[in-house]
Amino acid sequence: MNAVVIGCGRVGSAVAKGLAADGWEVTVLDESEDALSRLGPSWRGGFVIGHGMDAKVLERAGIAEADAAVVATSGDNTNVVIGQVLQRRYGTRTVVVRVLDPARAKFYAERGLNTVCPTQTAISVLLETVQASAPAPQAT
Amino acid sequence: MYVVVAGGGKVGANVTRSLVEMGHEITLIEERPDRFARLEEEFGPAVLRGDATEISILERAGIARPPELLLAVTGDDEDNLVISQIGKEGYRVPKAIARVNDPRNQSHFDLLGIKQTVCATTSILGLVEHEVPEHGLVRLLQLPEEGLEIVEVQIEPKSPVAGSRVGGLTLPEGSRLISVFRHGRTELVEPSTVMRPGDQVLAVVSDDSAPALRKALLGASRA
Repeated sequence: MNAVVIGCGRVGSAVAKGLAADGWEVTVLDESEDALSRLGPSWRGGFVIGHGMDAKVLERAGIAEADAAVVATSGDNTNVVIGQVLQRRYGTRTVVVRVLDPARAKFYAERGLNTVCPTQTAISVLLETVQASAPAPQAT
Repeated sequence: MYVVVAGGGKVGANVTRSLVEMGHEITLIEERPDRFARLEEEFGPAVLRGDATEISILERAGIARPPELLLAVTGDDEDNLVISQIGKEGYRVPKAIARVNDPRNQSHFDLLGIKQTVCATTSILGLVEHEVPEHGLVRLLQLPEEGLEIVEVQIEPKSPVAGSRVGGLTLPEGSRLISVFRHGRTELVEPSTVMRPGDQVLAVVSDDSAPALRKALLGASRA
């Protein structure tokens, strides 16, 4: 199974290493060559330098044969655009897109994009943690 | 008409100025503090500070009314795509026009259903080709909603139609000749018009028939 990870920051690099450990053939794509160091010295997967909006770069990363793609660059708008391009142009079966803004994550989720919103997750977990561990204030 | 303009750089500011002069109601959204301060000085409360790709900012700009027209003219293509999609799909804005900064991103706008786009680079290249007619066929104007474009072809001495009457030509399906420019004058094309080398022919073509028309007028040898 082939996976392409677009954006090799803290999230993208860790997801790439996790998928590789599970036996996926992973190619990572990032604008900066420096991002390769996040994958560690033992990285055996692919690495392509370029922008995920560039069709040639995507194709060099093997997007046409990919079973799954994770889109986690630092830009929400870049991520939702790339995610839609992968779905519609390349028909990538599984596309997961990181979107930090909860409102945009919801908007695109309602339109068929598989969005993951760490901000919303943090809000929910923080709220639930306080609710579970502290007594609710008395209603006045 | 109510217009929301996203992005207050050179394009957004100048478009806003013209639309205000024409008497339209505008909200201009700009995120950068320095630009916002300058724009607010000129346009007053019509300028809103914020990120136009945030749904709450678009709502404060009145996207839910909705505006008759949304102009996504920031310097970032992904932002312009997202602004257009939120306006068109989320709030049923009847018309959105997006600026394409990098012509390589044009296919993404087409793919994601943003049909009305403007790209300065592509326009300039079109004008350059217009000045250098040896390129064969020049795309002058695209009408994506109608699936038509207006093109110009310069007839050459070797072209297969030189010396022929228009009425006797077999032109590709989906194309019509409009006019001929020769000796500094434009004439509408009639069946009796004879094509001559040096003629600049305007034609309207549907979707993908431009290459076929070029072949019909200039022959197959051209790239």
